[in-house]
Order: sequence, then structure tokens, then C-alpha cells
Amino acid sequence: MNASNPNPPLWKRICDTTGLPVCRDAEFFIKLNAVCAVVFLLVGGLAAIALALTRWQAVHLLPVEWFYRTLTLHGLNMLIFWILFFEVAILYFACTTLLNARLFSRKVAWASFGMMLVGSLMVDGIILVGQADVMMTSYLPLLAHPLFYLGIILVAVGTLTGVFNFFATLWQAKKQRTYEGSVSLVVFGATAAAIIAVVTLLHGAVVMIPTFLHSLGLIAQPDPAWYRLIWWGLGHQSQQVNVCAMVSCWYLIGSITTGAKPLNETVCRGAFVLYILFINIASAHHLLVDPGVGSSWKIWNTSYAMYLAVLASMIHGFTVPASIEVAMRAKGYTKGLFGWLTNAPWRNPAFAGSFLSMCIFGFIGGITGVTLGTQQINIIAHNTLRITGHFHSTVVGGTSLAFMALTYYVVPLLFRKDFVFRPLARIQPYLFAGGIVLVSLGMSFAGSLGVARRSWDIEATGSVHGPSAHLFLAVLGLGGIVAFAALLLFILLTVGTLLFGESNVGRPMADWGTPKTLSTATGHGHGAAAPALAPGAEPAHDTRGTLVLALVFLACFAVYYFANWKALADVWPVR
Amino acid sequence: MNTPEKKHPLQKLMDNPWLLLALGVAIPALSYSVWGWIELVLVKPATLP
Amino acid sequence: MSIHSPDADWFKAPTGHERLWIGLAVGWCVVLSLMMPYWHFKGRQNSSGESYRTTPDQFKARVERFSEANAPGTKGNFEEGINSEVPAPPGDIYLIAKQYFWYPILKLRAGETYRLHMSSADFQHGFSLQPMNMNFQVIPGYDHVLTLTPTAPGIYPIVCNEFCGVGHHTMVGKIIVE
Repeated sequence: MNASNPNPPLWKRICDTTGLPVCRDAEFFIKLNAVCAVVFLLVGGLAAIALALTRWQAVHLLPVEWFYRTLTLHGLNMLIFWILFFEVAILYFACTTLLNARLFSRKVAWASFGMMLVGSLMVDGIILVGQADVMMTSYLPLLAHPLFYLGIILVAVGTLTGVFNFFATLWQAKKQRTYEGSVSLVVFGATAAAIIAVVTLLHGAVVMIPTFLHSLGLIAQPDPAWYRLIWWGLGHQSQQVNVCAMVSCWYLIGSITTGAKPLNETVCRGAFVLYILFINIASAHHLLVDPGVGSSWKIWNTSYAMYLAVLASMIHGFTVPASIEVAMRAKGYTKGLFGWLTNAPWRNPAFAGSFLSMCIFGFIGGITGVTLGTQQINIIAHNTLRITGHFHSTVVGGTSLAFMALTYYVVPLLFRKDFVFRPLARIQPYLFAGGIVLVSLGMSFAGSLGVARRSWDIEATGSVHGPSAHLFLAVLGLGGIVAFAALLLFILLTVGTLLFGESNVGRPMADWGTPKTLSTATGHGHGAAAPALAPGAEPAHDTRGTLVLALVFLACFAVYYFANWKALADVWPVR
Repeated sequence: MNTPEKKHPLQKLMDNPWLLLALGVAIPALSYSVWGWIELVLVKPATLP
Repeated sequence: MSIHSPDADWFKAPTGHERLWIGLAVGWCVVLSLMMPYWHFKGRQNSSGESYRTTPDQFKARVERFSEANAPGTKGNFEEGINSEVPAPPGDIYLIAKQYFWYPILKLRAGETYRLHMSSADFQHGFSLQPMNMNFQVIPGYDHVLTLTPTAPGIYPIVCNEFCGVGHHTMVGKIIVE
């Protein structure tokens, strides 16, 4: 539809803003999957606020059956449906636009979408009629209605079908030589996500099919410990898909908003390879205080084979801000250690969301995750609210926030509508980040006092945890209100834009704000205390600011980690 | 431009999604799932002294 | 740009600050990965997962025998969830979880070492000993053995922290240490 582009093939159009090719088939399915993702996000969000206001014991909103039912609904919609639909959208984007390729098959994409949608609706329906009060994990011998398991199987197979479409497009693009040399870093990250998704969904099939047959009464009950082992191959690894997709979003948004490019492609790709190879064995984090599996298995797997996947996250956590620092310095923002950071486009919601996502994921999610996932330290964390505190900062503060950030470009570029209420969009990431940090901290501290996750009422057992537990549960509730308000705002903004946004067809999208190149820019200069730029005898990459931030991170990590060993050393000796 | 001249083996690995897929499936399947499954199968019957 | 294919010669070693940071990160990961084996041998709190295969019926019978032997004549009744205090000698002691109680109430002595056998009569449960906040998983069909040494006298509630049904939050047991 673009007049400026002579004779584009019918299957694609050229983006008016970025000049990138957009495969029309892929575009259609990206929209479809993204819209569904947001709908399930809303369902999960409504559940979330009800749960937060129930665990805040002073409010205690839901009756007991509905608390556990809503918790089941919340887990599946947020951790599985919202995330998987959005990830299929990201995969379709990465394998077409970034490779100048055409989506392999519309039929396969329809099959994938159909199965995912039917499966998700089946699961939500059966939960809401009260036939599946089993939590997201549905640990045997708890048993739900067969449609619950069938729905999950459909979602898993549907996603796997979408992943197949991604790989087939990669294969086709390579064969047709639509690009030269190696794929771009974002495509590489998406490939990592897709590979991990395959591992995840295969585990899902192995565990869910026998459980489905059992729920029909066709076979005997599978062993509950076996169920836990294989189920976590689905449950934990699906979150590693998120990690890869989220990190890809960080690179992508850094690139779009500040023009950042990776300092060293080998390092970034190597870190993704470490994810592919080693991150999945960390599903063992869930079985650290289980019977059945022994110490060697626990220690080896929980360490991701010598913490190689943690290394990968620490690398990404450095290279993304470092690449932004280099890009900003090259534009002339060279003052002091952090001039590049203070002048970053903080009013651009995509940049703000992405950077906040990185901070929350690293400083809260990463540090707590590695610490709680240490085999012995898990004794003082397993199944307490510390665990939920951890993963709300990774999955929600990290992945969901990064996906929201990306949406601020997806909607203008693919739906070709400029955002309505732009000032509100600019504060949305901050509001959401603030809320989710409160949620996460409230949970973590309450969990440290022994408050269990998945519990309707901590007073039913007598005042075991003391008054400060109630304080932290109130923090959780207040954070929930803020985060929910930000979530609603996000949905209103996106839906409002789809309905009433001004079309940007034929022109670039309205700019969210990207840093301008200063006239003083020397490429790689750096300013000392004086405003004048030192003449450029600098190393190629000046990333001092990021290095300082990274060292602060490492110090926080070490303090938290060893404080937990100390806390562990104070409890009863146990073997 | 991808010239056929010698590529580092690691670069070859990074440019080959199929090999990555195979390794990515095999490593967790063996290290986590199969080993874990064996651990469970080898649990001895209780004597409950 | 990370959205475009890299230059053909992209494969090269890191330099400068990036190289330094990777070095630091590798060093930290080595520390992390040595801590677990170190604590396994030198630390006093471990979850070694010692466990044996059992059945709910077999385990239930053993718990009742244990309770009867150590607290004869008390009115504890597992089937009806009527709990009784059982003073336990050091060595093998038993605890069973069932919707929605822990049985029996164990009476231990500080400084003695016990081999606590735990299992479930029905669903999965979570053994969460408060206020130390020590947590272990209880799975039907598995006799999970913790070799445990209470350190200080007191009354320690056992909260269930694995969802086991609609009355889950009411499931609380007790260990008394003298």
C-alpha cells in the first residue's frame, strides 16, 4: 500500500517508519495472537487483583472456594496463555520481517491459533464452572475434569505448531536466500526461545497425555513424584521461553529507541547458546526438597551445570545497557559516568518499560531466583511466598513489562494507528513497575516470615507468623492495586488506540521520543567534569557507567546470597 | 557475505539452528528428565523400621 | 543494529569492560557452584531427599503402631483426625499428612537426633515447620526421611504449604520440643 515503494511483491509491504519489509500473512497472525494475548492478560489481571485483595487479610475479598479457583485461573492465564500467545506473535515477527521472508504457511498458523484458542477457552471454562480447583500445577493425586487436561494439551500442541511454522520459515528463508550471512541477533534470540519452547512442550505432552487418560479412567494414576518431575519440565521451562523472548525484546527496543547495537555479537549469541543448552535443567529448582531425587541430581541440575545459564543472564544484563551506553555516548551524551543514562529517552514508554524490566528482572528476580534456587537455601523458601515474590519480578516485572513496552511499537507499526492519550502511555510503565515491585517485595518479606503461598487465610492456623506478616501482605495488596491500575491503563490504551487511534498509513508513526545526536558528538568521546569534550583518545567502547552498575549488582547479589546462607545456618540441623 | 572460508566451530554452531535444537532438546532431556526418572525408578521399598 | 544481520566477521573475542565483566561473572558463578557441594559435605542443613517407596496403607499402619507404642491408651485416632501427643525416643519417628491434619503431635527433646519419616495418606502436602520456616515436600507413596535435630525447646507449628484442597489453609500440626 506504500506508494513510495515501486512494485513491492503482493505478499509484503514496506513499513513507513522503519523501511522494513512486513509479510502480510505474518502481520495478520501477529495481530490475531497479540489481541488474544491481551484478552487473556485482562482475564489474568482481573484474577490478580481479586487474589491480591484476598491475601491482604484486612480485606480478604474472595470466599475460600473462589480464592483457589481464581488462583488456578490466574496462574494459567498469566503464565501460559498471555505469554504463549504473545510469544507466537514475536516468533512470527522475528522470522519474517527481520529475515525479509514470507511466513511459511497460513494454514499452519490457523491450525496453531485455533488449537491454542480452543484449548485456552476450554481450560478457562472448566475452571470457572468449578471443575478444576487444582491450581495451575494440578499435582496428582488432585484431579480435574478431563477437559482441563485436554485444553492444556491443545494449547501445548497449538503452540508447538506455531513454533513449527517459525522453524519452517527459517528453513525456507535460508533456502531462498532472503538474507545474507548470519541471522540478526533478535532472530537468534527468538530461535533460542523457540528451541526452549520445543523442549517445554514435549514435556507437556509427556506429562499431560497420561494424566488426561487417567482423568478419563482409562489408565492407573501416574506416580505423583514422576508427575512433578515432568510437569516442571513444562512449568519452569515455559518461563525460560519468556526469558529468551524478553531478552530479545531488550535488544530490539534498545535498538529501536537509541540505535544501540551489540558490542560483540559473539558474546550475545554465546549467552543465548548457554540458555539453549543449560537453562532448562533448572526445572530442578522445584524439586529441591522433594523425596525421590537425590543430592547429586539436585545439585547438578539446580546449578544449571555450573551456573552457565546464570552467566548468560549476567552477560545480557551487561551487554544490553552497555550497548545503549555506547550508542548514547556516540550521540554526544558523554558527561560523567551516567550522562548517557540520565539523557536516555525516559519519556519513551518502550525504552522506560524495557529498562525497568531489565532492572526488576536482574536486581530482584535474578538475585532471588539464584539464591532461592540454591539446593540447601531452598529449605527456607520452598512453597512460601518468597517463591511467588521471585517469579512476579521475573515473569511480571520482567517479561510482561517488556512485552508491554514492545506493544508501544507493535500497535503503531503493525496496526498502523498512533497511540491515543500519549501522556498516559508515558507513565504506564513506571506505574506498572512500581506496583509490581511492591507486590514482589511484599510477597518476599512475608515469605521470609514463613507465610505459605496458595493459602487463603494465614490466621486459620493461629497467629503463627506474627503481625509483620500482615504488614507485608498489605504491601502486596497495595502493590496489586497499583499494578492492576497500570494493567487496566495498558489495556485501555491499546484497545482505545485500535478503536480510535489516528491512522499512520503512508507516514512514519508518531515518535515516542528518541535521543537526538548532539552537535558535540564525536563518536566515542567522553566528558570529564568540564563540559568540553576530551579529544577522542578513547577505547572503542566506553562502558564505564554500565560497569559501575554491574558491580553494584554483583555486590547486592553477594550480600543477599550469603545472608541467606547465614539464615539457613540458624535453623535445625537436617539431612 | 558468507564465504566458505574456515569458520570457527562455535560460529558454525551458532549459525546452525538445527544443531542447536538437537542439543537443546538432548541436554535437558538427559540431564534432568531421564536422570530424574531413573532416580525415581531406583527408589527402594520402605522398611519403616 | 540487533535487527540486522551482523557483518560477516562478527565472530571475535570480547574486549575491554565487557571482557572484564565476563571474567567477574565467571568467577562469581564458580563461587555459586562450589557453595552447594561444600555445604553438602560441611554444612548442617541439607535436603538429601532420602526416601523409600511405600503405600498410604502401609505407612498409615506404621504411624498408628508408632503412636500406640509410645503413647499407649491415649485417644488418638488417625481416621477421625483426633490427634494425640506422642513422646518419641530418638531414632525413627513418624508423621503422616492427610486432608486437613498432621498426625500425631510429636514430642521431641532438644539436642537429640531423630529420623523423621513423613508421608501422605491422600494428596501432596507441604511440611512447613514454623517459625524456623523449614520446608519439605510430602508425596503419597514416598517415605521421605529427614534426619533432624531440634535445637531449642518450644512449640513449633507445622503449616501445610502445598495446596491440598479447599480446607488447605486450616491444616496445621505441631511438634513440641522439651
